[in-house]
Amino acid sequence: MSCKCSSTCVDTKAQELERIIDKYKGVKGALIPVLHEAQELYGYLPIHVQKAIAEGLGVSLAEVYGVVTFYTQFSLYPKGKYQIQLCLGTACYVKGAGAIYEEFKKELGLKGDGVTEDGMFSLEACRCIGACGLAPVIMINGEVYGRLVPSDVPKLIQKYRDMG
Amino acid sequence: MSEMVTLTIDGIEVKAPAGSTVLEAAKSVGINIPTLCFLKDINEIGACRMCVVDVGARSLQAACVYPVSEGLKVITNSPKVREARRVTLELILSNHERKCLTCVRSENCELQRLAKDLNVGDIRFDGENKHYPLDDLSPSIVRDPNKCVLCRRCVSVCKYVQTVSAIETNERGFDTIVSSPFDMALKDTPCVNCGQCINVCPVGALREKDDTDKVWEAIANPELHVVVQTAPAVRVAIGEEFGLPIGTRCTGKMVAALKRLGFDKVFDTDTAADLTIMEEGTELIERIKNGGKLPLITSCSPGWIKFCEHNYPDLLDNLSTCKSPQNMFGAVIKSYYAEKMGIDPSKIFVVSVMPCTAKKFEVQRPELSSTGYPDVDVSITTRELARMIKEAGIDFNSLPDENFDDPMGEASGAGVIFGATGGVMEAALRTVVDVLTGKDNDNIEYKSVRGVEGVKVTEVQVPGGPTLRAAVAHGLGNARKLLEQVRNGEEQYHFIEIMACPGGCVNGGGQPIQPASVRNAIDIRAERAKAIYNEDEALTVRKSHKNPRMMKIYEEFLEKPGSHKAHDLLHTHYTARENYPEECSRL
Repeated sequence: MSCKCSSTCVDTKAQELERIIDKYKGVKGALIPVLHEAQELYGYLPIHVQKAIAEGLGVSLAEVYGVVTFYTQFSLYPKGKYQIQLCLGTACYVKGAGAIYEEFKKELGLKGDGVTEDGMFSLEACRCIGACGLAPVIMINGEVYGRLVPSDVPKLIQKYRDMG
Repeated sequence: MSEMVTLTIDGIEVKAPAGSTVLEAAKSVGINIPTLCFLKDINEIGACRMCVVDVGARSLQAACVYPVSEGLKVITNSPKVREARRVTLELILSNHERKCLTCVRSENCELQRLAKDLNVGDIRFDGENKHYPLDDLSPSIVRDPNKCVLCRRCVSVCKYVQTVSAIETNERGFDTIVSSPFDMALKDTPCVNCGQCINVCPVGALREKDDTDKVWEAIANPELHVVVQTAPAVRVAIGEEFGLPIGTRCTGKMVAALKRLGFDKVFDTDTAADLTIMEEGTELIERIKNGGKLPLITSCSPGWIKFCEHNYPDLLDNLSTCKSPQNMFGAVIKSYYAEKMGIDPSKIFVVSVMPCTAKKFEVQRPELSSTGYPDVDVSITTRELARMIKEAGIDFNSLPDENFDDPMGEASGAGVIFGATGGVMEAALRTVVDVLTGKDNDNIEYKSVRGVEGVKVTEVQVPGGPTLRAAVAHGLGNARKLLEQVRNGEEQYHFIEIMACPGGCVNGGGQPIQPASVRNAIDIRAERAKAIYNEDEALTVRKSHKNPRMMKIYEEFLEKPGSHKAHDLLHTHYTARENYPEECSRL
């Protein structure tokens, strides 16, 4: 399990996960909402969380994993404190999202999607987020930034670094 | 009778039941619409788009899921339709690993067949060929994602028919892959090794672990006395590998072929099936008389046993402690036979030919080695035996009929019917009723436990004795339904037979693979089972306890059913298994 401290320590996240699962028990189509809440809780969906969800909802681990890997919003790996989702959908792509992506990689020292060493930022190319009018568009922790040009990138990163 | 509608397909007027599909209606007037992902009752998802037809809509529609309707006009053969199918097929082929010459499914590949039927010459697209690692860590099943066409038939059979769900469709787009969660090796999942995924795979992406080399090596080793045993379902299916009709009995030819391959002795697993009935029947009677754990559940099917260990650990005490006939056979060969023949058991090599991939896992169970040696050394499938026969240049169809060797070559009809769902139950009832009444009863056919209905329930009134309540389930989804009732106390039975594969061993994961075109048209389970019951009827001895050869083994060696010696050699135990152990192999 995630908690590595002394045996008397109560794994509060595990308890919270149990509450989430209980809330949806017997509800049809519960898997995706449970995964959403579990990811909010843990930041990502490691194997022990997926096992608990499978067992709790009475579905197979294979099915849970299939859904997790299908949707880009679910992650198997820990994410940064600030999660940058960069749309590479058709509209964003033709409006220069590729160059924005390259700029983020350069500024964050990443080779592609991933997390910075200090755990501050994670970068992830995603599919259309439904804001094509603002293309090229990104989201940082749910906050939308549109009509970007590459020179906006260092400024944005600095803004979040300053927030700590 | 459902309501009929009239439609036209390629100008031909067709009457079809409302609710049926364009694919079925077309078939009824001699039009074969090509399919790939479609497998009747198992995978009807309209995913691959090979079967597109023009129904006058904006886009072409998938015939396998498009319902017929009154006045519908369908065109199955136009330049537009042909081009769409061709492009789809070329795209599927564009990233398929086309190592057809050395593929185990060459000449029995649905993709190859489609490429030929659709007259694909050049493949205009060069797809991104990924190189996925092979999962060959399971003793039973090899998974090769590089050959996978993502039809999802394996996923459907594993998830919905067997309710095992060891594999799923993961990732998306070009990254889509059928695999186990977290890239775990199949051996570390709840996979029960039933091999139904192999039987439904249209290509070579799923296959059995080939153990033929181990058998060739043993045969070539002059130090070893190599004994082969064949399960009942093999003899009614192996002919299919040599072009014979489904349901052809080939017992004599099969024995002749095995002798020519160089085995020292060719024996019949059915003799051990008779032993199983003696032991299991005794166990049932004892449990009923002494208030033991009921229902007693059969233990012949290794896929079912692993399923039980994963999913029903609370029912492990209900399982018969009897080893499967395969392993009873091995234990008897390495004890009784070794002694009788004066051969050191360490020099005896037992090969089993099984309709089953799960047997490969079973032979590796450490607890199945009562003599100090593994009961069975190598288990090969019907398909692997056919490959060996071909490799040896034996003209199977022209072989004369030959007989099994003594002393493990004679079986009763009861031993034969083990190969079909309901067979173990019927064989057991033939003996148990005789034992309980102390008479030789003439009524030996229990037809209510035969056939392909998912769960079969029967009551047998033993004259002057108890009424036995019995149930039979085949296919693990059906087994789950039955066991939930037992667990909840809704139903009570004395005796339950479970076979992991739908239809029982005749449709085991190691049997000849019939393409969807055949499986959609006929029930191969029923055809092969017919041959099994014909074989039973042709025998004079049809009850296990009347098999003189087998009774001699008791006389000379085992003493009596359920004896201490019999327990040591012929019985086993089970262990609860974790579904996904912490320690596991990742690909």
